[in-house]
Amino acid sequence: MTSQSPARKGRFKIFLGYAAGVGKTYQMLDEGQELRRKGVDTVIGYFEPHGRKDTIARTEGLEIIPRRKIEYRGTIFEEMDTEAILKRKPEVCLVDELAHTNVPGSERTKRCQDVQVLLEAGISVLTSLNIQHLESLNDQVWQMTGVRVRETLPDWVVDQADEIVVVDVTPRALRHRLERGVIYSPEKAEKALENFFAEHNLSALREIVMRHAAHEIEEKLSAGSGDSISPGLRDTPLSAEPTGPKECILICIDERPSAAVLIRRGRRVADYLRAECLAIYVSPDPTLAHLAQEEREAVEKHLGFARNLRIETHVIEGNEVSESVVEFARARHATQIFMGRSPSQGWKHRVRGSTLHRAVRLARDMEITIVAERRR
Amino acid sequence: MPNARPSPEELLRRIEAEEQQSRRGRLKMFLGYASRVGKSFRMLDEGRRRKQRGQDVVIGYIQGKLGPDVSKVLETMEVIPGLKVRVDGKEEEVMDVVAILRRHPQVCLVDELARDNPPGSRNPKRWQDVKELLDNGITVVTAINLQYIAEQQDAIEKITGKRASHTVPEAFIRSADEIVIVDAPPDDLHQDVPSSTADTRRLSELRELALLLAAEVVDQQLHQSLELRGVETFLGSQERILVCITPRSNAKRMLESGHRNAERFHCDLLALYVRQKGLSDSDEELVEKHLALARELGAKVHILEASGSASAILEFARAHAVTQLFVGHSLRSRWHELLFGNPLDRLIAAADAMDVRIFPHSEPRPVS
Repeated sequence: MTSQSPARKGRFKIFLGYAAGVGKTYQMLDEGQELRRKGVDTVIGYFEPHGRKDTIARTEGLEIIPRRKIEYRGTIFEEMDTEAILKRKPEVCLVDELAHTNVPGSERTKRCQDVQVLLEAGISVLTSLNIQHLESLNDQVWQMTGVRVRETLPDWVVDQADEIVVVDVTPRALRHRLERGVIYSPEKAEKALENFFAEHNLSALREIVMRHAAHEIEEKLSAGSGDSISPGLRDTPLSAEPTGPKECILICIDERPSAAVLIRRGRRVADYLRAECLAIYVSPDPTLAHLAQEEREAVEKHLGFARNLRIETHVIEGNEVSESVVEFARARHATQIFMGRSPSQGWKHRVRGSTLHRAVRLARDMEITIVAERRR
Repeated sequence: MPNARPSPEELLRRIEAEEQQSRRGRLKMFLGYASRVGKSFRMLDEGRRRKQRGQDVVIGYIQGKLGPDVSKVLETMEVIPGLKVRVDGKEEEVMDVVAILRRHPQVCLVDELARDNPPGSRNPKRWQDVKELLDNGITVVTAINLQYIAEQQDAIEKITGKRASHTVPEAFIRSADEIVIVDAPPDDLHQDVPSSTADTRRLSELRELALLLAAEVVDQQLHQSLELRGVETFLGSQERILVCITPRSNAKRMLESGHRNAERFHCDLLALYVRQKGLSDSDEELVEKHLALARELGAKVHILEASGSASAILEFARAHAVTQLFVGHSLRSRWHELLFGNPLDRLIAAADAMDVRIFPHSEPRPVS
């Protein structure tokens, strides 16, 4: 990492782990120390000690920018003081817990937005993140672990990282750390060992981290392909360009909560297939004025959620959902339509006569994906 | 990958194997994608921590050239001196297996697992030395570079243009009780040496390969431990695609799409044909052609004899932890549908734990 001119964005490096306690913060601080030794102007913008002695010791000698105090409903909260960091303008800033949501009343809702501001000011950022906070994995993580992660991060934030480092320990070693009280207090540790930190949960999350990091590397390789690689290497399976037609995924949103599952899954598959990703909501009145307030809010929430994941959204006027969806799909050359199941009793009613059923019949020339229900 | 539930005999065999395993030392491996990612340091650091916690740890072998970080840790550890052997006039150091067995520590650290021993040594390969230590109840912590795994040589050669002359079989890597990936971005490796983009690219490709291999090992261990406990819960940590073949389905499109998806997700591709009675000769021929294509595209092909295709497909898909099911429109026929309901509808309704992707019957009509 070298010094940046203000016109250039800072470098963005994420230490990615599969659970609390794997050593992300420790490794981030280690690198901060290394940079400081080399004479790089490095500060700690935000650090969560969690009472871990080893980790706290790693901050020694690094300048810590004091946190900002914010009062919310009578309680004082502490957040990263982005403005103070901007004023201090170090070369490199260490920011713990990228997925954190700021307390209401903060300048920005999410810490990742604060990080964005630092990067744009030419400050390089080292940060830590656990995989379960990735938005597109939210349903999967819930299904695997029973934990619905509330603090999430759109996948594109992670895609923007210049570097991702996998911080790995074995689940066995991590559970030992928990038992020894390195990570949480004894009561909290005991509960954690039975739930989120059950060995199979940790293994599954760990596998996802490895696959995700591999995926991110592959995306970078593909983005930068063509120039530097020798011709003989071009057809290696890892650097191969996707063959076949360019895919386009169209997600069909409705007002039900399950639409969020559809959006996440569509986004994830589109990312892996390097496909374009669109979402539509079909309504007789595109202003949504005819909907009950609750339904309207649900639809608006879904559309906003999709846009937040960088999915192009459209509200289409139409009386018959299946027809409008198929028509739109044809116009935009969508290769796949993502739909949910219709709610009803019994499979006959569920499928026949439903929007899904009609769309399947109308779009005999298209691929339709009916997205899995996530249940526990 | 998960299979259908194991039989009681199979379970017993596994439990016995596990007991056998418990008398063995544990094998823990640090896997890196290149030299200088920090494998040896992580291995030594683990040794240091274990020693601090009161375990009896020795160093069986450590490579000669070490950074200052490593040397500092080394000073606090007991090292079993290697045997000095002259090979072609050059002095080489070989791990002294006999001395380690005599000393019989709880834990032994062994660097550079892929080394060949000089002719006349106790074992031709270092990994065989390690196996001997394990068999004698000594836990081994070791480090290995991806580029020295035998079965990865084709992939490595494609990336680097080189093959390693001395390697470790992948089965031995997979036999590790624990595997840890030691990761670092390529830029961190050649810190002071300016690197070319081609170098960085090659390193990135190796890095991806190492991560995917580690993910596979983790997946395999995960399913083994779940099966052993009789847990059938499907965790969905890995994608798995199943293409359902029928005579009239557009198998080419489904299989090619499945193949592309499997490549992008780095996952298994399965193809299933549920045998239908009374097919015409030409339909039988079509099925054979589809299945041949499936094999050609690297799909694992399964053929089932069953009466109800929808339920057979579902049962198979669940047992194989399928996340994406590819089916064709052609599963339905009008008259049958009117009499018995539509098998595709039934499939969609019942397959609620996986994505069902429905493919057109034939090539798409030109878009107007």
